[in-house]
Amino acid sequence: MTARLRWRKFVSNFMLAMTGLCALVSVLVLFFILGYLLFNGGTSINWDFFTKLPKPVGEVGGGMANAIVGSGKILLLASLFGVPIGFLGGIYLAEFSGKGMAWVVRYAADLLNGVPSIVIGIFAYGLVVLPFKHFSALAGAFALGIMMIPITLRSTEEFLKGVPRMLREGAMALGASKSKTIVTVIVPAAYRGIMTAILLALARVAGETAPLLFTAFGNRFESHGWSQPTATLPVMIYTYAVSPYDDWHRQAWAAGLVLLGLVLIINILARTILSRGIAVPRS
Amino acid sequence: MATTSTTLKGAGPIAGSRSFFAKMRDGDEIARLITFLFAGTVVLITVALVWDLWVNSALPRKVFGFHFFVTSVWDPIMDQYGALPFIYGTLVTSAVALLIAVPLGIGAAIFLAELAPARVSDILQFFIDLLAAVPSVIYGLLGVFIVVPMMRTVIFPALNKPLGFLPIFAGPSYGVGFMTAGIVLAIMVIPYIISVSREVLLSVPRDQREAALALGSTRWESTWKVVVPFAKTGIMGSIFLALARALGETMAVTMVIGNTPKVAASLFAPGYSIAAVIANEFTEATGELYLQSLIALGLVLFLLTFILNGMARLLIVLTTQKGSEVGG
Repeated sequence: MTARLRWRKFVSNFMLAMTGLCALVSVLVLFFILGYLLFNGGTSINWDFFTKLPKPVGEVGGGMANAIVGSGKILLLASLFGVPIGFLGGIYLAEFSGKGMAWVVRYAADLLNGVPSIVIGIFAYGLVVLPFKHFSALAGAFALGIMMIPITLRSTEEFLKGVPRMLREGAMALGASKSKTIVTVIVPAAYRGIMTAILLALARVAGETAPLLFTAFGNRFESHGWSQPTATLPVMIYTYAVSPYDDWHRQAWAAGLVLLGLVLIINILARTILSRGIAVPRS
Repeated sequence: MATTSTTLKGAGPIAGSRSFFAKMRDGDEIARLITFLFAGTVVLITVALVWDLWVNSALPRKVFGFHFFVTSVWDPIMDQYGALPFIYGTLVTSAVALLIAVPLGIGAAIFLAELAPARVSDILQFFIDLLAAVPSVIYGLLGVFIVVPMMRTVIFPALNKPLGFLPIFAGPSYGVGFMTAGIVLAIMVIPYIISVSREVLLSVPRDQREAALALGSTRWESTWKVVVPFAKTGIMGSIFLALARALGETMAVTMVIGNTPKVAASLFAPGYSIAAVIANEFTEATGELYLQSLIALGLVLFLLTFILNGMARLLIVLTTQKGSEVGG
């Protein structure tokens, strides 16, 4: 073996080892984040966190019951708004539309998917907050719902198109109309994939903070109905983390642990249980 | 002849396609109409978003014109608004983020696509996907309590002592600043670079690698001189995608950049970014010009990410197409 060949082999092994190191570092970041939050959040979390309202500024104790309820409310309403538009729009793209219209809708969805979340917040502020003259759960849900549309739409389209042609033709051959075929054969066949995508969309908006800052705003009390400023977990984490109080920092860690746990559990559920055998498209 | 053809046309439902009303009865036209309305809503929302940003930023366009982008005075009391510090902060933090994230991300992608066995690669990719799902406010939380103190005690002294004569590494450091925001952003965009680059690398046809190896190249040489150049445009696409994410990222940056509207040469100085100023001041913007200046910043952000995302998509599509053409 000549010296030059030995050198080339050394460079090869060295660089390949370096790429392995890059991969290791990237993955370790996840475990570091998890470990740090488990440690800090685990020691700060208690029953009060889930059941009590925030205490007045300066008093130690209290919890984030209102923010947990608020997040749940806003996510529910956002799904009710975003999922039908994305799902039915996706059916249109996959089953009905011509080339031109499909291109326009796809382009709009991709564009919407790339819009920074804070800009979506500005839009929701102008469209919902200003006319009602009120920060509200409704406005927050509108902003998050918009963010759910492109993911749901594109993946519904993709999974419907992935349904084997034979299933379609079989239903048609039995005399079913197109709409009947879609409802009874095609959508059930793509059901798992679409559910996965919707859960991933939900997980994504569950952690969004920026579009809620000036739509749902925040609230230190229970908020009733849909038209009041509403506290959410991500916004609470932000306000508590940048505050000067130690007890608020403690609660921010607890809330961070709850939020991260929620997001990761939805993700893992969606990817492993629902999608067995289905490749998940990346948003 | 003429009469025959008329009769044939009249027999349409039997001879040709079914009439509109027949389809109506089956529900096909109704289904098409309903799904069309929902698909149309998506287009409508997108158009309304752009319209809303454009109309509501008319005032600063009229008052400041192009000066909006090149002046650095941001003074709500005097009603003077210049966007330069924010544009500068957004660009600098994103540049720092890419400098760190690109080598790391591409290295990891090469490992996942070229070296790791398929099973290991899939498992690692699963973790990378989870990393991409971590909410940005969590990164901000960790940034405030880990990266900021580390910046003050470890990174700043390490860079300032040997390189402090350079303006970009000049002191003092408060912990918060461009560098801190850049590091947090880098961690956030690495998963995007890895995911897309890995996919692009995997789409490079197998015979490209085999040809290089058959010519006597080492494994690294075949990767670096054949596979990576083949996938170059797609990897560029992944970088653009990451850049678009970094530019628009709000929470993590707002929490660690220092929120000071100044153009400073030092990376350790506190600064501000477009997204951060919108997040901080939008609810407090009292005057019409103040509010509209913030919306104008939102429009700038929108246009930047719009262009970058479009370019990214084009580059990625070009590469994967090239792969299937040569491979097929």
